[in-house]
Amino acid sequence: MEMNEYLDVFIEESKEHIQALNEHLLELEKEPSNLTIVSEIFRSAHTLKGMSATMGFQDLADLTHKMENVLDAVRHHKITLNSDIIDVVFNAVDVLESMVLDITDGGEGKQDVTNLVNQLQAIEAGEVVTANEEAAVTVNQSASVQIEQQLDQFELTVLQQSQEKGFANYQVTVRLQESCLLKAARVYMVFEILEKIGEVIKSTPSVTELEDEQFEYDFNVILVTKDTPDMIKQKIMKVSEIEEVVVAELSLDNISEQNEYTQTQSNAVQQDNSEANSGKETTKSQVSNRTIRVNIERLDALMNLFEELVIDRGRLEQIASSLRDAELQETVEHMSRISGDLQNIILNMRMVPIDQVFNRFPRMVRQLTKDLNKKVDLQIYGAETELDRTVIDEIGDPLVHLIRNALDHGIETPEVRKQKGKPEEGILKLNAYHSGNHVFIEISDNGAGIDREKVITKAISNGIITREQANGYTDKQVYQLIMESGFSTADKISDISGRGVGLDVVKNTIESLGGNISINSSFNEGSTFLIQLPLTLSIISVMLTEVQNEKYAIPLSSIIETAIVHKKDIMHAHNKQVIDFRGKVVPLVSLKEVFEVPGDVEEDDYYSVVIIRQGEKMAGLIVDTFIGQQEVVLKSLGNYLTDIFAISGATILGDGQVALIVDTNALIK
Amino acid sequence: MVGGTTEFIKSIVFQLANEEYSMPVDLVGSIERVMHITRIPGTPDFVKGVLNLRGVVTPIIDLRSRFGFEVQEYTDSTRTIIIQHNNMDVGLIVDAAYDVIDIPKERIEPAPETVGSVSIDYIDGVAKHDDRLLILLNIDKVLSHEEIKSTTHSDVQKV
Repeated sequence: MEMNEYLDVFIEESKEHIQALNEHLLELEKEPSNLTIVSEIFRSAHTLKGMSATMGFQDLADLTHKMENVLDAVRHHKITLNSDIIDVVFNAVDVLESMVLDITDGGEGKQDVTNLVNQLQAIEAGEVVTANEEAAVTVNQSASVQIEQQLDQFELTVLQQSQEKGFANYQVTVRLQESCLLKAARVYMVFEILEKIGEVIKSTPSVTELEDEQFEYDFNVILVTKDTPDMIKQKIMKVSEIEEVVVAELSLDNISEQNEYTQTQSNAVQQDNSEANSGKETTKSQVSNRTIRVNIERLDALMNLFEELVIDRGRLEQIASSLRDAELQETVEHMSRISGDLQNIILNMRMVPIDQVFNRFPRMVRQLTKDLNKKVDLQIYGAETELDRTVIDEIGDPLVHLIRNALDHGIETPEVRKQKGKPEEGILKLNAYHSGNHVFIEISDNGAGIDREKVITKAISNGIITREQANGYTDKQVYQLIMESGFSTADKISDISGRGVGLDVVKNTIESLGGNISINSSFNEGSTFLIQLPLTLSIISVMLTEVQNEKYAIPLSSIIETAIVHKKDIMHAHNKQVIDFRGKVVPLVSLKEVFEVPGDVEEDDYYSVVIIRQGEKMAGLIVDTFIGQQEVVLKSLGNYLTDIFAISGATILGDGQVALIVDTNALIK
Repeated sequence: MVGGTTEFIKSIVFQLANEEYSMPVDLVGSIERVMHITRIPGTPDFVKGVLNLRGVVTPIIDLRSRFGFEVQEYTDSTRTIIIQHNNMDVGLIVDAAYDVIDIPKERIEPAPETVGSVSIDYIDGVAKHDDRLLILLNIDKVLSHEEIKSTTHSDVQKV
């Protein structure tokens, strides 16, 4: 199928447009009179409609079309927005999203939307009378001059001024031949001529739409010029493939009449103005933000090849220094600097702003607060903070969970908040920022906070801790309990959160990403969940060790320290070797035995031990020698070798050989 | 088998214990000399380990030991055939790889039932080409995952 290669692009872009729709609808809800936003929404919907029609997803196109009609009516002041209408449009966007998801899963994107379509049509029809009236007016005028355009105050002023200065205003309607292939090119040529003889004030459809060939065969422009209608006509007819040119004088009385008509209908000239202005701004920003989509696998391949280059660079550096050739050394040094820059660029290419995750939260919070009858102000900071793509992909679900948690258990209902003397509207704050080699994400609310006693009682009844243990716990330790598996503080299980799979899943996901999560809370004042994540998953710090002739890398994040232990300090418990490490009994694991490394054991009086930990548990790994600490690039073993015991991946060392990375969690029981 | 609309299958021919095997050439990513291999603990014997193939960590299977032949020291003619199949990159160590030929489809016959005593499910058929007998490998079966999993699993239990 030829379409398949476009399908990915279609899905990606549809998702973007749906996201844009959601965002703008939220904005619109805050300021329903802002027509700039309506235009933005209209634009997204329009593009979506065009794309889905091209791809043959008729249902998707139809629904978008109905939605677009409503928006168009709003844009032209035929209907006034209210929260009911916005709700219906939100619903429509939801259905659109589920259709796109269906397409992603290989479906047809079909869904029964009759109900929604009826609703949309009803809204559109709400003011159908006025819409008809206006159409009638246009028809009346079409005998002489067909004015399809509505001019805003700014354009009107320009026309008035030009008239005063002796210019004539014309409406020029150009019809292209139906056989015309390069419509945009013809339009361009026409515009070039028009701009030579005068100034184009407005065109319908808009210039962008014309450039995208989003019109049938005719378009019209309002032109300010000193030429006569015949001259204009002759000049335009020089362009080939033009069927017909109609030049009609534009009487300002007519326009202002119609403009007044529009004004009385909605008194929105100012907004119209701002619409025009910001419309220009957005076109600008669209141009400056040029991107292409690259498959992440290609970036990985690029990275792989680059690392090989780095290894060769190392060799070259050695050769250059041993040859003592100044010219060679200079060249190699230059190459080193360039490849350093290159490495930064490649690493940065994989970074995406966390906004990609954050941007779906406003919509989600809106829905949840409606469901829960709560008032919440969601504040997002640091959405531009960049994270590795792989981390971005994984962090979404945990954050959703934490936000649901904060809304459900954290922020109280308006009544309760009032009783407590807090403002009715709660605040949920999302904050992301860089610090060192880590990214921090804070989710804080000014809600109920965590009730220490309640947590302890629950933990004891669930058998997680005993009363004696609980008494010695600090607040922080108590808060950590809510992330233990099998713990849920919700009094009743609700739909929003607390389905048994709770914060322990969040904690596990974050730890599997090499990060950690901590909780701060004060009762009745709110809680803060702080997530710490590595900037990237692909580079980790390891301790390189040697066992016989094999090299193993142990992630630094799980190492407490390294020690040299004398044979006589090793004790035996239950037939297992243990050592006394700073007052704690730590079991020893021989990497040679675990990994069945071939070779004879050389008896030595001293053991090199790497003390590792997972949570509260510790273990000592016996290796032959420590090589040293290194930053390495984490690589997977591929799809063929899966589930290798105690090996989490591999890395390529400076000499080009592969070293395995030890999965320390598997070695601690 | 991977076959085109033509009646030929372009195949790579390689040698293993004096027999000639073949598989479709479009599976082959490259052919390499033997490089340094890092052993992976807890894998079946025929998985020799992984090597660094231009920045990609690639697992290596010794076909001799995969098919239960006697394992030999690697020689100058020993080659690693890198297979790219089903999103997997795997290297196969063979005694020698030297030829790409077109095997006419109608020459392919099912594998004789009596070949060997062990299961021969990884053989798709045999083909006579001039006076040579080529054994056509089924790469899916050669790379069968179950075998890997079951072996590693028992290893894990042992540890």
